[in-house]
Amino acid sequence: MKWPAMTYHRATSLADVWAAFAAHGPSVTILAGGQTLLATLAFRLSEPGMLLDITRIPELRGITLQGQVLRIGALTRHVELGRDLLVRQHAPLLAQAVPHIAHPAIRNRGTIGGSLAYADPAAELPACAVALDAVVVAASTAGERRIPASAFFTDLLQNALAPGEIIVAVEIPIQPSLAAIDEVARRSGDYAMAGLAAAMRVHDGRVVAPRLVYFGVGRGPVLAGAACRALEGRPLTAESIAAAQAALTTDLDPPQDLHGPSEMKRHLARVLTARVLNAWLRPTEMAA
Amino acid sequence: MNQITPASIGLSREDLPNSYIGRSVPRPNAPKLVQGRATYTDDVVLPRMLHTAFLRSPCAHARIGAIETAAAMAVPGVVRVFTGADIAKVCDPWVATLDHLKGMKSAPQYPLPLHRATWQGEPIVAVLAETRAAAEDGVAALAVTFEPLPAQTDMESALAPGAVVIHPELGDNLVFTRTAETGDVAAAFAAAHKVVEARFVTGRHTGVTLEPRSIIADYNRADGTLTVHHSTQAPHMMQGVFAKQLRMAEGDVRVICKDVGGSFGIKVHVYPDEVAVAAMARIMGRPVKFIADRFEAFASDIHARDHRIHGRLAVDAEGRVLAFDVDDLTGIGPYSVYPRTSAIEGNQVVNLCGGPYDFRNYRCTTTVVLQNKAPTCQYRAVGHPIATAVTEGLMDLAAEALGMDPIEIRRRNLIRDDAYPYTSPAGMRFEGLSHHASLDKLLQMVPVARIRADQAEARSRGVYRGLGIAAFIELTNPSPFMYGIGGARISAQDGCTVRMDPDGSIVASSGVTEQGQGTEAILAQIVAHGVGVAVERVKIITGDTQTTPYGGGTWACRGAGIGGEAALQSAIALKQQLLDVAGAMLQAAPDSLDIVLGRIVDKAGGAERMTLHELGRIVYFRGDTLPRELQRELVQTRHFITKEYPFAFTNGIQASWVEVDPATGMVKLLEHWCVEDCGRIVNPMLVDEQVRGGIVQGIGGALYEHCIYDAQGNLLTTTLADYLVPMSAEMPEMHVGHVETPTRESLLGAKGAGEAGTAGAPGAIMNAINDALRPLGARVHEQPFTPERILRALGTIA
Ligand SMILES: Cc1cc2nc3c(=O)[nH]c(=O)nc-3n(C[C@H](O)[C@H](O)[C@H](O)COP(=O)(O)OP(=O)(O)OC[C@H]3O[C@@H](n4cnc5c(N)ncnc54)[C@H](O)[C@@H]3O)c2cc1C
Repeated sequence: MKWPAMTYHRATSLADVWAAFAAHGPSVTILAGGQTLLATLAFRLSEPGMLLDITRIPELRGITLQGQVLRIGALTRHVELGRDLLVRQHAPLLAQAVPHIAHPAIRNRGTIGGSLAYADPAAELPACAVALDAVVVAASTAGERRIPASAFFTDLLQNALAPGEIIVAVEIPIQPSLAAIDEVARRSGDYAMAGLAAAMRVHDGRVVAPRLVYFGVGRGPVLAGAACRALEGRPLTAESIAAAQAALTTDLDPPQDLHGPSEMKRHLARVLTARVLNAWLRPTEMAA
Repeated sequence: MNQITPASIGLSREDLPNSYIGRSVPRPNAPKLVQGRATYTDDVVLPRMLHTAFLRSPCAHARIGAIETAAAMAVPGVVRVFTGADIAKVCDPWVATLDHLKGMKSAPQYPLPLHRATWQGEPIVAVLAETRAAAEDGVAALAVTFEPLPAQTDMESALAPGAVVIHPELGDNLVFTRTAETGDVAAAFAAAHKVVEARFVTGRHTGVTLEPRSIIADYNRADGTLTVHHSTQAPHMMQGVFAKQLRMAEGDVRVICKDVGGSFGIKVHVYPDEVAVAAMARIMGRPVKFIADRFEAFASDIHARDHRIHGRLAVDAEGRVLAFDVDDLTGIGPYSVYPRTSAIEGNQVVNLCGGPYDFRNYRCTTTVVLQNKAPTCQYRAVGHPIATAVTEGLMDLAAEALGMDPIEIRRRNLIRDDAYPYTSPAGMRFEGLSHHASLDKLLQMVPVARIRADQAEARSRGVYRGLGIAAFIELTNPSPFMYGIGGARISAQDGCTVRMDPDGSIVASSGVTEQGQGTEAILAQIVAHGVGVAVERVKIITGDTQTTPYGGGTWACRGAGIGGEAALQSAIALKQQLLDVAGAMLQAAPDSLDIVLGRIVDKAGGAERMTLHELGRIVYFRGDTLPRELQRELVQTRHFITKEYPFAFTNGIQASWVEVDPATGMVKLLEHWCVEDCGRIVNPMLVDEQVRGGIVQGIGGALYEHCIYDAQGNLLTTTLADYLVPMSAEMPEMHVGHVETPTRESLLGAKGAGEAGTAGAPGAIMNAINDALRPLGARVHEQPFTPERILRALGTIA
């Protein structure tokens, strides 16, 4: 299908963005990498009045270390995330996620801001953001607002941005000692049938602040509270891992999709739980 | 004179100068394709051209109520709206049956239906506009009332009492049924040492051509002609179809296909939206373009392979096949597709089950029923992957029941290489196949002992790998027995005209067509070889009904075998003509001369006498210097049709080595092998790539591709995010080997090579997966073999 007729405007500063919002209101749709938006336009799923291209706004770029926080500009492309040295050092989970996202051509254009804003429940970066306890930095004419990632993804393809707000950056607390991502996808580059982004620390041989975040199994990234409680404060062992797996019955109620029923997705989440956590059994024992 | 014989064709360049047949000559048209300089139908822009978009049925089955067009007509750029009734004024409906398929029935199909929509995605109303975007805006502004009717989607209940009869005038949903029975099947089963059985399912899938279906129809009122630019495999067939449906003389219709971006059988059928385009052009007197988008492709390109098969196999204590008993059921959508019909695929299953094996007792039934889903029809390797999966799945079950090695049970049953001519229990006549030579070759390529050791070692670590084998036969080079005898105007004959121009360059025009597979490359090789010129000097014309000899086009692997032989014969005839002229000029006996790389030479000694360039100069510009009575037409045409055998069967065998992750149900393809025998190989590189591409499409059906409908008949897989095509990252290393058994029906000796990969791959992969799962007590026979199905087979999920 052909795109609906619409206007296109390229913003070169945040001031341009606010001016466009003021002039055209809700008919404005932000265009970042376009890797999701342009495809949905070709299905005529949405008919925006104006596409506002934000990719030339310098304030939305760059990755900087600010004290204990890594600030990643909204326009950071997936490919940049994968090779940035600061990211590798302070938030390696994000770098580890990149090869799972789509294909090189899409990673060359897609942005972290676009991925978070779109809030696809099967996307990697929203899950990583929640697992790392990141903060989404939103801006509007009223200034900046910090929204914890765990409160940002409100429902299927829905986020906590208010009208007139855009994402300018995401701030990641420097990563805890252990973090990993794994997923099961039909073909490389496909959205996952089920995935897990996990982060935790181990202190005195016990798990501290575990964050197991599942994707592709709910209406957004799912922080598995019961599974985390099954690990918190306990040594990481075959038993505690089994307890976390069992707890997923409470945490996950995956919608069935073309790949299979709810039960299969929960099963795959359990398999991923074991795969990710088993890999940490040795370091835990060493720490203990 | 200069004999080109079956023996000499195979000679290498060293032994035979000017030899091109059998060499991996680079494709002359490849740079154009990869540099973006091809001309696809959508690249053609005509003056006064309009664009069309279709409103497609949102329902699987519905009565079409009021059609409100006022708002659409008000959209800027919209020129006209056409309903089914508007089109029917100039265009007749068609009924897709073939006389030789006894009892076959189907309903009349209009380009746009008059009263009822019968599948989701069926074109209902067309909007013509100055641009495609405006046409889509117009479609969005249409208000059509659909009154939903109950949909018949499940093929199993299509003939049951209470089924929704899709076309009441037909009485029921049965399109065709046929049973082939030979020997005494019941007695063979009663006497069997072991009987194995299984229920197989092959998933409905489609062809996914890179270039979607595309057409421009241009009716010129000044001379009453219709010119159609069309992305099709069969331009002459379509010429006849457009003429007949639009009540025109065939000679007033011209079909041109420039570059065609993939076909796989998808583009050899009559599509209602394309005929509607021709009808609209006829009414408007303006060119009308329609390019299907991917969304439309999934909903309206033909689907295929929607079969459920119960199979039983009886073997004796030595593992010899006593009998096959197969019951096939297939749902084909609401209409049989014109003009090849949708009964052929089921009929092929009947023809092909058990095909590689020597046995006496056979029963196979196919039952072809209607349903409210997209129509199905012939797609690459029609019926073969189904028959092969059933046959080879049962052979593996029998081997397991007997405790016999799967290779050994095949060796004991494959038709002997010296048994030909041979007639199969299904009645297929084989001129010459090489099952045992192919198996031997496969075993030289596949390191079976190493694989089995690796498999045992991996299992001890909880890693499950499996090796699967599938032997197959493939039907190629069809005679009129395929369609012509059934009354379809589909040519089994093909022709080629070869001419030499003054500068010594050669132009050949052929009735077979190019869709990206390299047809033009092999034609150039054959003509260069036959005439005696460098291949660079040969230009090929295909895909134009007005400038090429009448022919069937490219399907059922007939390009090389039929079109190639016509090219060879016409090239040899031109060479003879050139030598006659050269003999007159040089005052030498024609048979003392030869043509090598564009030069007339003495056959003995090879001394150059003159160039073809010089010969051309004299013939075309100084004809006054030649003897008056000398025949000097430097153009020759020959046609070819097979006469001895209805089909040239080929054979081959594949092996697949996979790893199954029992925790996730994911299958990883580790390695794949194929040995095939397509007779004479004209271009080894092209044949290998056909085999590889075919394997990839077979892998698609086995693991990924599936047109999924819900119970109401809504198609759920309408994008490439949901309909999974095989991608390079998941493809295994593939090894291709050959045995060459040329057909004696032609000088060239070529049979088809395009479908072998697709025919065997799903069966080999299925057997490999089941070999991997065997220690876990699980088995799968339902394609595609998704993680869900494997986890169910393992009992991991209910
Ligand atoms: C074939 C294919 C496969 C893919 N596979 C995956 C995959 O496996 N995993 C995965 O995670 N993703 C996948 N994607 C999506 C890809 O990662 C996208 O790049 C990403 O989801 C969106 O980023 P973008 O910059 O392209 O956003 P755009 O497409 O430009 O925008 C997406 C949405 O976000 C909004 N938006 C963008 N930036 C901002 C901002 N700064 N503030 C507020 N709103 C904003 C837009 O208005 C729009 O609604 C795939 C895409 C394709 C085409």
